[in-house]
Formats: sequence, C-alpha cells, structure tokens
Amino acid sequence: MVAYLDHAATTPVRPGAVEALLPYLTECYANPSGGHRAAREARRALDDARDVVAVALGCRPGEVVFTSGGTEADNLAIFGTLPAAARDGEAVRPGTVVTTAVEHHAVLHAVDAVHGRVARVDRQGRVDLDHLADLLDDDVRLVSVMLVNNEVGTVQPLDEVAALVRERAPRALLHTDAVQALTWLDVAERAAGYDLISISAHKFGGPKGTGALVVRDGVDLAARLVGGGQERDRRSGTQNVAGIAAMAAAVTETVASRAATVTRLGADRARLVDRLQAAVPGLEETVDRAKAEVVPGVAHLCVPGTESEALLFLLEDAGVYGAAGSSCSSGATQLSHVLAAMAVPEHLGRGALRLSLGWASTEADVDAAIAAVPPAVERLRASA
Amino acid sequence: MAMSGGVDSSVAAALLADAGHDVVGVTLKLWGGAGDRGCCSVADVEDARRVADHLGIDHHVFNFAEDFQAKVVAPYVAAHAAGRTPNPCIECNRHLKFDRLVRRADALGFDAVATGHHARIGHDGDGTPRVARGVDGAKDQSYVLYMLDGATLGRLLLPVGELTKAQVRQLAADRGLRTADKAESQDVCFVPSTSGRATFLGQRIPLRTGRVVDRTGTEVGHVDAVELVTIGQRKGLGLAGGGVPRYVLDVDASTATVTVGGAEDLLTDGLELDDLVWSSRPHHGPVSVQCSAHGAPRPATLGGTRLTWDQPQRRVAPGQAVVLYHDDLVLGGGLAASAHR
Repeated sequence: MVAYLDHAATTPVRPGAVEALLPYLTECYANPSGGHRAAREARRALDDARDVVAVALGCRPGEVVFTSGGTEADNLAIFGTLPAAARDGEAVRPGTVVTTAVEHHAVLHAVDAVHGRVARVDRQGRVDLDHLADLLDDDVRLVSVMLVNNEVGTVQPLDEVAALVRERAPRALLHTDAVQALTWLDVAERAAGYDLISISAHKFGGPKGTGALVVRDGVDLAARLVGGGQERDRRSGTQNVAGIAAMAAAVTETVASRAATVTRLGADRARLVDRLQAAVPGLEETVDRAKAEVVPGVAHLCVPGTESEALLFLLEDAGVYGAAGSSCSSGATQLSHVLAAMAVPEHLGRGALRLSLGWASTEADVDAAIAAVPPAVERLRASA
Repeated sequence: MAMSGGVDSSVAAALLADAGHDVVGVTLKLWGGAGDRGCCSVADVEDARRVADHLGIDHHVFNFAEDFQAKVVAPYVAAHAAGRTPNPCIECNRHLKFDRLVRRADALGFDAVATGHHARIGHDGDGTPRVARGVDGAKDQSYVLYMLDGATLGRLLLPVGELTKAQVRQLAADRGLRTADKAESQDVCFVPSTSGRATFLGQRIPLRTGRVVDRTGTEVGHVDAVELVTIGQRKGLGLAGGGVPRYVLDVDASTATVTVGGAEDLLTDGLELDDLVWSSRPHHGPVSVQCSAHGAPRPATLGGTRLTWDQPQRRVAPGQAVVLYHDDLVLGGGLAASAHR
C-alpha cells in the first residue's frame, strides 16, 4: 500500500482526462493544421479545448496559447514580451522585468537571464509590497508574480500587486504563474487584471507535457518557437492534440469539483497537521495560516532535528511518498530557495517536509502519513 | 552500496545483489560547480541509476555537497595556500563516504555499507579486522582507506577487492552493464580538466610568484605560483636547461620560496607524521610504508610520530598520506608533516 502525498509535484491523470485523450491517439490522429475532414476533427478538439480553458481562466478563446507546459508558458511570457530591441539581440536593460524571490525557477532563471529585479518576501512567503514598490519604475515592462507557491502553498495578493504596478509602472505587463492554483482557486477571478497567465495540465489531473499561456489581446508577444505558425504565430509546432483534449477534460472536472475538493482536502490537511503536531515535538507548519492565505491541500512542515533527505527515505520505506523542496536533475534534494527567501531558520529548513494532497487523495493516505512520520522522526532524532 | 557510476561500484552492486543482500544503491551528490564530473556529475548519477535499474535495486541520491565543500574542497584550497600537497580523495573517504554516509546508513537502519574500492577486509592473528590490499596489485586502493577503524570495518563490504580490474570489466560486460567500458576517473573530481588546477585555485586564493633558490640560497629562477609547487617536482621551475636535473626540495609558502637541489638532495632519513590514526591499537617498530596511491612500499621503523627509513628515501611532500602496513594489512597512517609550522 502506497500513500502518495506529492500532488504538488504531479497529480494522477483524472479518468475523464484519460478518456478524452485516447481517441486522439487512435482513430482521430490527423494533424489539426490539415485541410481534410480528419484534420478538421482534430482541429475541432483543439477549439473545444480552447473554449474550456478560456472559461476557466477568464479570457477569450483566442487568447489561449497551448504550450508544452508551465515552464514553456513562463519562458514565453518573460522572453516573449521583452522590448523589440532586446529581441534583436540588444542587451536588455537591467530592471526591465521584476519578479519575486519565491517564484518557480522557470520564472526566476528567465528573469535572471534578462537581468531582472527580484522582490523580497516576508516570513510567510508573501511578496513584500514595499520592496516591490521600490523596484517599480517607468522602465519596467513586465512584472511576474506567482498565484500559488509550489513549495509552501502561499497565495500571493495579486490584486494588491496589480494596483501597485498600475500606479508605479503603468507601462508594465502583468504575468502570473498560476501553475499550482487551478485545483484550489478561481484563477479567472484572481488573475482578472493580468495580461499573461501560465498553467500546466499535470498539476490538476491532465497529462505532463501540456500547458497554456493566456496572452490577452493587445499584448505584443514575440514567438519563441517559430515554424508552421500554429497558435496564431505565437507558438509554432504541431499541437499535442491528445494532451490538450485531456487537459481540457481535467480543467472541466477540476473546476466543477473545486468547492468540494477544497472543503474535503482542507479538512484532511488540517487533521494531518494537527495529528503530526501532537505526535512530533517541535514540528511546525512553515507558513502561519493565521497570517497568510495558503492553499488547502499543502502541508509544508519543518521537522527540526531531522534532514529532509533521510526523512523522505524512511517515509518511502514506510510507503509514504512526500517531498522536501525542489529537486535538481540528479534527484538530489537541495536547500530550497523559497525557504531561504522566507528566512526560515536553517535548523528548521533542513528538516523540510512537504506533504501535498490532490483530487485523488484519500483519508487513508492521510492516516498513513500520520502513522509513518512520528516513528521516522524519532528514529532520526535518536541517531543524530 | 555507494555507487559512483563507475564500473567497480556497478559490479560491486551486482555481486551483492547476486549474493542475496537487500541492496540500495546510493550516489553522493558532492559538487555542483563547473567541474561537475568525475565521481559526482549528473551523467555519473545517471549511469549509477541505470545500472541500479538494470540490477533491479533501488537507487537514491544523497546530497552531501555542503559537507564536501567544508571537509574536502576548503581544506584542499587551504593546504595549497600553505604550500602543502593535499589528497582530497582521502579526505572525501574520511569525511564523506566513511563518516557522513555511514552515519546516514546507520540512521536509516542499514546493516552494512559497501563501496567499489579495490581492497579487502583482512584480519590480524588475533582477529582484529583491517583493510587489506586488493587482489589486483596494480589497482589496489587500500592506501586511500587507511583511516578506517574497526567499528567501520565491521560493517563494511568491499566486493570487488577479490577481483582483478580485468575480471571486474569482464563481469560488467557479461551482465551487459552500461559502465563496462567506462574510463576510470582521473585527477581531482572537482577541478575542471578543461581549465585545470591553477585556474581553480586562482579563483579561490591569491597565487603568488615564488623565488626558486638553490641550497646555498642563490636565486636560480622563479615560479608563477608557489601554491602549485610540490616537493619532488622537476619541471616548470623556470630553471636554465641542461646540466644535472634539479628537483624541488622544499616549499616555504610563508616566504614564497622554493628550494631546489639534485636528486641526491631529495633523499632523507625519515619524516614526521601528523594526524596519525590507527585501525585498532597504536603500533611502533618495523613497518612497510606507502607514500602515494600506487607507490612501492618501503621498509621503515616507527617511533612515536617519527618514521625512520631503513634506506634513505625521497622526501614526501607535506600533506601526502603516509600509510603503514604489515605485509598486506593496513595498520594506520598519517599525513607527512611540514617543515614549516
């Protein structure tokens, strides 16, 4: 029996998404750019999917650009909106792009590549609005702030950010990486004022390798992939029709069940944290839910006296799959840039443990974690 | 099973799995800098993981990069700055493989730790476990394991120590392991081979021009970086060509002075040992001594921390490991002391 508590990394593909996917790998295999009836069927699937995604994200269908996932969407938003001079190879002026210190590396490394500025966050992982204000001026062309943090689950105050940007950097576009949000939040409402919105299918029950970037009409976006001119010249390459159809099905199920999911998994997460805090001295939730909004399904914990890597090893042995921070390509656990930005003390951050719930989580999964964590912590503390 | 991604640890893992052990492969992530190759690069982690997949065993990566920096890289740089000649592989064994990894394995409940070193575990007449030379004399790695004590040896497995390197490669090929033909790692894993040691050190410490003098103190040349000079070195000393070969006899980092002399001047009666460790109890009297990874053992007598050669030997560079054997068994060892304190 395995209890999977790593839904923030990826969540299982929803049965409805698998069902939506299969026909486009079998009978309906045509290239959607073709002219014949078979191609038009594939095209229809893309158009239907675009409609569904548009409703969920609060945009027009034509504003949805399908991508290979969240990273491509984030990269396209940042590099694609650079001033035209920069696209011609001229050096980008430092400070043209502004982001926060807790973004996913798909944003952070892209911003770093164009010498952008990075706003601090507070102890809860919320962007420091005073510092952000200091970084904004008339030169700023893009401000990128994630909706939900992928490690600790903190929700950013996007409305306040947008108001600040309108006041201080009126020429700037607004981008939000909403990759972790759709399961928990009404993205259309939260990101209403945003010009660019990234999502990734595998975070809410679609397949990996599929995502989208909302690009509002009027945004001057330069393609990063050029070729056949698909996606209205904003992203060339034959679309992943099966993946996109499956993503749309996952969007539909996610939005329809969101209220129930939030209630159910919020209660499960609260029980998980309460029981672990009662059983493990010193264990604390990394973000104080009284001080910041956090999505319901993420339990990010600090377990002093342990090391994440060793703790995860023992939990895996006990059939509980969790995570620490971000993983690098070799699979090694790294000290998290998010926890560092939040100034989480090192003795706490070393024992970081993220247990994240998703649509497929059960009470039994939570029970398994409640049973497995305390003895694993005890063992590590005893041998320290 | 510590799996570096090389052929030796691949075969060691295969042998343990064959023997019915419940094996978990672990690759240590030690370094993430530009010189990310050798024993800890992403490509090597991939090789280790694929071998583990092939053998049907679990594979994990442990990130010990912080300890590696503190216990291996920083002391390596500091030793060069002080004019010594460090051996980072030995410090990695001492602090990472046989301290950090063994402690982690204990905490996780493992009975034993295995590595792919070419060495064996032998026993004294009274049954004391000791590191013993591997079967393949040319590949023997007992030298780099001299710091192991009885407690560690008691739960250490060295499966390829019973094999020659040729047998290891043959076994790997027979089993279709992807690492069968993999080249052996060379040099220092964290120093990029492309830019080299001088660049690596130059980014971390100031490299100072050194005076080269003969034994009378007369200046005869100069070196670009006194921190890169090793006792016994013959080339790169800025000396006029021809004449008798001259060697580095001494490096004094505090005054940036390198002393050179003839081959006969390199000979010495003995040396002092620092940081002497024993695999069980302290020893004195006649010993067989090895002063480099594949150097020939020479007879000597140990009294306290003073080692006296039976026949005069070339000087050993300060910082080099000096390993003491009785026949093929490691008694212990230390680091050659510096004449400059």
